[in-house]
Amino acid sequence: MLRYFLKRLAGAIPTLFIIVTLTFFLIRAAPGGPFDQEQTLPPEIMANLQSAYGLDRPMWVQYSRYLWALVHGDFGPSFRYKDFTVTELIGQGFPVTLELGTIALSLALVLGILIGSFAALRSNSAADHAAMALAVAGIAIPSFVVLPMLALLFGIHFRWLPVAGWEAGSIRHLVLPVVALALPPLAYIARLTRGGMLEVLRSHFIRTAIAKGLPLHTVILRHALRPALMPVAGYLAPAVASIMTGSLVVESIAGLPGVGRYLVQGALNRDYTLVLGMVILYSTVLIGMGLLVDLLYAWLDPRIRFER
Amino acid sequence: MNGGLWHGAWRRLRANPAAVAALCIIAALVAMAFVGPWFSPNEVEALDWSHVASDPGMVHAHWLGTDRLGRDLYVRTLAGARVSLAVGLVASAVSLSLGLCYGAVAGYVGGRTDHVMMRIIEILSGLPLIFFVIFLTVLFGRSESLLFVSIGAVGWLTMARIVRGQALSLRRKEFIEAAVASGASSARIIFKHVVPNVLGPVIVYATLSVPQIILFESFLSFLGLGIQEPHASLGTLIAEGAGEIEAAPWILLVPGVFLTMLLLCLNIFGDGLRDAFDARERR
Repeated sequence: MLRYFLKRLAGAIPTLFIIVTLTFFLIRAAPGGPFDQEQTLPPEIMANLQSAYGLDRPMWVQYSRYLWALVHGDFGPSFRYKDFTVTELIGQGFPVTLELGTIALSLALVLGILIGSFAALRSNSAADHAAMALAVAGIAIPSFVVLPMLALLFGIHFRWLPVAGWEAGSIRHLVLPVVALALPPLAYIARLTRGGMLEVLRSHFIRTAIAKGLPLHTVILRHALRPALMPVAGYLAPAVASIMTGSLVVESIAGLPGVGRYLVQGALNRDYTLVLGMVILYSTVLIGMGLLVDLLYAWLDPRIRFER
Repeated sequence: MNGGLWHGAWRRLRANPAAVAALCIIAALVAMAFVGPWFSPNEVEALDWSHVASDPGMVHAHWLGTDRLGRDLYVRTLAGARVSLAVGLVASAVSLSLGLCYGAVAGYVGGRTDHVMMRIIEILSGLPLIFFVIFLTVLFGRSESLLFVSIGAVGWLTMARIVRGQALSLRRKEFIEAAVASGASSARIIFKHVVPNVLGPVIVYATLSVPQIILFESFLSFLGLGIQEPHASLGTLIAEGAGEIEAAPWILLVPGVFLTMLLLCLNIFGDGLRDAFDARERR
């Protein structure tokens, strides 16, 4: 198992390398540059700027320099946010994004699994139908519609919660963005859990467990839950991806100082290093999540441990 | 047997009231998007400075209110809906045809070809594809045709997987063997025999991918990467409204409610279609 994990970990490095290379040349191929402004700069100043950032060197020199710095943990200076390095920018914003995302994912997992299990146990009851109807709504309605509507209802109409903004450590400011962000994966997880649970509940070993007189909650918690969660484990990586993309808009609507804005703004501003830093950050999180899912699979289904 | 499958699916679909209702609402929304503007005296991009950000009501000609520039929200939302629908359909068609060809070839040919082709899919789906859409739109300017293609290019991976799985199991069926024995070429077998037989799950997935794609386009437009002013899609309208919720909530609510209803009904209909085709799912 450990060997398998290390093999996957080693496999992640070329993937990351490909992503970095592709992004580097894609963003460089885009028309325009980081110093384009409303009024064009005098050519001498432009040339100075270009040479200060090494942009006048041949592309392969820039590329190898970037990689060399990257290996040493240096993401380079931002081109647009003067006096800031990419590491500083991400270091300031990422804790906010991470907090938002982690709470949203935990909420989605806990509530999704709970709702899904209960729906499966009472399958085809009114409660089941209601839960699944809500789940469809949760999947269908995008977070950038949910969040302003929640803000309208709870922020402006009832005045219970702040509409937007951020105070470090303030839970009240996080409630609406977290809910908006968690809803789609929550709904998806509830559906997956329900489906997995229904499948497992019909299997022979559950029938045996019930037949030998175990109380229902023991059967569910000790026997049914683990195999029923297999589909949920498979959905974890897409869930993280969905929360990350969702946080791009949620942060901008709620005015949170996370890293979400850097990706799109960086790409539009041709802030080469910032975009690369963001892509590396997001890809690392996603790849890491993929590895975690592999481990989770092995824990949920012991048969996998022996196969590899 | 094939006819039986389609017939049975249609019968089961009609027996599902939620799916039928959703289909009716979708039809109504689509019809409204195309016919609705005729009933309004307002033009899509006309600015009415005497009614800036006025609320919905029957007292003036702007039934659902106007935005900050005095543009009529009713016609603008319907115009945005037409754009969103077009993106959904075209991009789904792109991802459908890409995934169908790729998956059918991989599944039918099998062996090492299949292995390599599926490995490529695996690598691609490991990449955060949203980045590439963002980059493509930044790279090549924000042309609408590119938007259609790049969104479609993101969706084809799952489609290819589904088709490949189906094609893999079809490969061993007698009628394929008969086609091989009678000397049909691989290309002919793939397009004449494999593709028509995987259409059921493909249609189901395509239906479910339409709302996903519409959502994705709205998301991109919301970020300012999709449809550009003065044109509008539901996403750009919602983005505009989200900044005005305190002073003029209807600017958000009108396109927001339209998009929500559209996506909800498309999802419910897609789920119904899946249940109708896949007897196992019905419980």
